Amino acid sequence: MTAIPSSPATPSSVPAVKLSGAAVRLGGRTIWSGVDVAVQGGEFVAVLGANGSGKSTLLKTVLGALALAAGEVSVLGGPAGRENAGIGYLPQRRSFDSGTRLRGSDVVRLGLDGDRWGLPLPFSSAGLDSRRGRARQRIEEVIELVGAREYADRPIGELSGGEQQRLLIAQALVRRPKLLLLDEPLDSLDLPNQAVVAALVHEICKGEGVAVLLVAHDVNPLLPYLDRVVYLAGGHAVAGPVEQVITGETLTGLYGLPVEVLKASDGRLVVVGQPEAPAHHHDRHSHDHDGHGDHGH
Amino acid sequence: MGTEPHLTWNPVQDLSEVLEYHFMVNALIAGSVVAVMAGLLGWLMVLRKETFAGHTLSMMAFPGAAGAALIGVPAMWGYFVFCVAGGLAIGRSSAGGRRTWGEQSASIGAVQALALGLGFLFVSLYGGVLGDLDNLLFGTFLGISDGQVLVLLAVAVVAIAALAALGRPLLFASVDADVASARGVPVRALGIAFLVLLGLAVAETSQVTGVLLVFALLVMPAASAQAVTARPGLSLALTVAIGLVVVWLGLGIAYFSVYPAGFFVTSISFAIYVGVQVGAWVRGTARMEAQMSEPPAEGVIA
Repeated sequence: MTAIPSSPATPSSVPAVKLSGAAVRLGGRTIWSGVDVAVQGGEFVAVLGANGSGKSTLLKTVLGALALAAGEVSVLGGPAGRENAGIGYLPQRRSFDSGTRLRGSDVVRLGLDGDRWGLPLPFSSAGLDSRRGRARQRIEEVIELVGAREYADRPIGELSGGEQQRLLIAQALVRRPKLLLLDEPLDSLDLPNQAVVAALVHEICKGEGVAVLLVAHDVNPLLPYLDRVVYLAGGHAVAGPVEQVITGETLTGLYGLPVEVLKASDGRLVVVGQPEAPAHHHDRHSHDHDGHGDHGH
Repeated sequence: MGTEPHLTWNPVQDLSEVLEYHFMVNALIAGSVVAVMAGLLGWLMVLRKETFAGHTLSMMAFPGAAGAALIGVPAMWGYFVFCVAGGLAIGRSSAGGRRTWGEQSASIGAVQALALGLGFLFVSLYGGVLGDLDNLLFGTFLGISDGQVLVLLAVAVVAIAALAALGRPLLFASVDADVASARGVPVRALGIAFLVLLGLAVAETSQVTGVLLVFALLVMPAASAQAVTARPGLSLALTVAIGLVVVWLGLGIAYFSVYPAGFFVTSISFAIYVGVQVGAWVRGTARMEAQMSEPPAEGVIA
């Protein structure tokens, strides 16, 4: 596989995520192999690729939920799965149906201490230095951070997809993780909300110094913010800065098929000619492989 | 002591008349124990959308009662054994992996069919008619012994203590299984443990309300409370309060009436449920109208 040297991000002592020569097999099929990825603290990295290329599989490997068939993985300085307390994870396509009668702030709270046995004591003091007071304060902080104060106390099932997504990001952040794993957080959001959530994740990444590994279908809402991307295709991966990875040359090598990358006047990227499902488009145009169709929006 | 129940409309006098009878005291204690336990477990059952599993567990009382009659032990033990076994069976068969809700409900249905078939077998092996068919179906509100009250209380204390110990992780697993499991919460084991506790609650409730009226205490108070508030603590407290009010009012009215307690308990529970749903609908409509008449907020996309 091709490994493009990473951007001049100063390698801190312990990378948040490091995969070397990693391979995953599921049900006898190799999903990907020879994958080298390194994410440093405070870096914003997107995982891109077509449907079925193994993007979510990569996050599950980092969580330790899937074992590698070959190669090595280290997460926050330990084997995958050991340091999960330091990881905030947001799974794919999660939404609460309208019958879920819990407040948004309750869902955030479960991210803080939902894994502790027993019940919170209802009559303990709510003073600022008590455990309960600190918990409340932290929940308020993350709700402010994601800008969800206005609707955090409404039943989560009544909120819009974008509002739920912000609260779920707050839930993932509430324990001050060193690494955020976000699986398609922009999926099912409309374009303005995609832009808002992408900017929010960037702000958290830089402001709080959290490493972010974000799976996305479309790189464009993330373009202004990304440090690097990991592009999965054809069972392999290329990692590096956007301008080096999302090029006709690199992707042609990865897919083994002629692929062209067009740049729109506003800076958005359009990949033309990739096989399987379109990775950068949701509309019919991207099935148009002849190269002279209108691929811009 | 009056020979016939007579409502004087003086609450103190009426209450003291009711409490003069030992069977009424037992009914009130047993009803209260069951209302608390069924309320707490029913609240989680409604949140987890496992009402069909709860229904199936209540059907377990039939093979339980028949099996107990067959080997000559009190029906109560048959209820407990079969409801707990049913909880385990449903948990093992339906909680596995990433099954769809449709597949889960089909496997719960299979467990239910098998249980009822077993019950039928036990009845024919027993060779007679089950003497307490009425009790099985509609409960024994007014025929609860001291010993039974003690057993109900002991089982409820143990089950509620277990529920409190599982508390937060169980709530986490119920509303957000993927994230809970990434955090190391044993989601599948908790699902099975919950169904076993639910089995105990159903076994207790069906002894008092009968198999057919279990949902009066298991579903309706929880569903009513959840429609009123989304605050978990308040919602749980309200569930228990509604359950207690339903039992006390139902028993009180039944004492002065010629109709059975089960009917009043169910009707009061249903009336509260309908009232709350209508209230939620009115509030929802009012909020939507308020939003429609407001000018759209500006600068949303900042």
